[in-house]
Amino acid sequence: MSALKINVKENILGANSKQAELNRALLDRFGVRMINVMSSSGAGKTSLILRTVDRLKGQYGIAVIEGDVACSIDAGKYTAQNVTAIQINTAGGCHLDAPMVRKVLDTLDLGPIDLIFIENVGNLVCTADFDLGAHKDVVILSVPEGDDKPRKYPVMFCEADAVLVSKIDVVPYFDFKLDAFPGIINGLNPSARVFPVSAKTGEGLDGWFAWLEESLAAKGT
Amino acid sequence: MHEQSIVEALLTLALENAGKANARRIVSINLVVGDYTGVVEDAVNLYFGFLSKNTLAAGAKINYTHVPGQLRCRDCDILFPLPPRPVYRCPKCKGGRVEIVGGRELYIDDMEVE
Repeated sequence: MSALKINVKENILGANSKQAELNRALLDRFGVRMINVMSSSGAGKTSLILRTVDRLKGQYGIAVIEGDVACSIDAGKYTAQNVTAIQINTAGGCHLDAPMVRKVLDTLDLGPIDLIFIENVGNLVCTADFDLGAHKDVVILSVPEGDDKPRKYPVMFCEADAVLVSKIDVVPYFDFKLDAFPGIINGLNPSARVFPVSAKTGEGLDGWFAWLEESLAAKGT
Repeated sequence: MHEQSIVEALLTLALENAGKANARRIVSINLVVGDYTGVVEDAVNLYFGFLSKNTLAAGAKINYTHVPGQLRCRDCDILFPLPPRPVYRCPKCKGGRVEIVGGRELYIDDMEVE
């Protein structure tokens, strides 16, 4: 049998992107906004989401989808605060993908939910390459990680709708140039909003909450 | 680590296309990989060898075309390659308003089947 050349020209992650669109369509049907929170391990995703849920839970129905390589330590922190949290263990996988998120969405009663946070697997390398069907992508970078991370992992920061600089309470002990940082982010991604925050002291969180509420008000648009 | 799910998706796509062509086996796959994707050849080959067992793609060779990082200055509108030590600064105006325009590709260009 002779060889035959097939022209493919198809993106490897195309099937994931299609599933992500279906996820978004499902959420839109129920008027749910989903926020994908990404960072390296230990940047403060759980602490920031907990602070945020604590502030917004009186007004909105909120659920958290928690992605981890293994264990359910973080999901336990949410349920301890009476927040609906569903754990996804990726069994070694370094990111969540759209089919994993869909499986969880299919188990949730979306009716009473207004807002879903996805706490992605701690990883600045590839999480942003996998569209999950979220409406907003948020990247957290903590002060101790250093202000050179956008240069090392630019794709993450290019995709973000908002970048939170976390742990600003420790700025005096590190060389993180907080004043210059928004310029670095906006050079790569002019539409990203940058919020320096501290989940510990609460500093800067009002701006982040306001941005989230704007996004919730824009639901369905 | 992300290569595992990338290879799963690559294999699904390759097998779909081979099925449509009523192929008996896949000889080779020409894969285009941008430098920003962080996809490592050795890891792809390792997972591919493992995951393609007992499929039409078993034994297929993957040929890689790498696309280097390409940047554009939003102010001068000039294109320039990502320097070896990544600096997101325009070589002409020295400004930091720089957009990534190339290097994020990850697709099967074509493949050879029998």
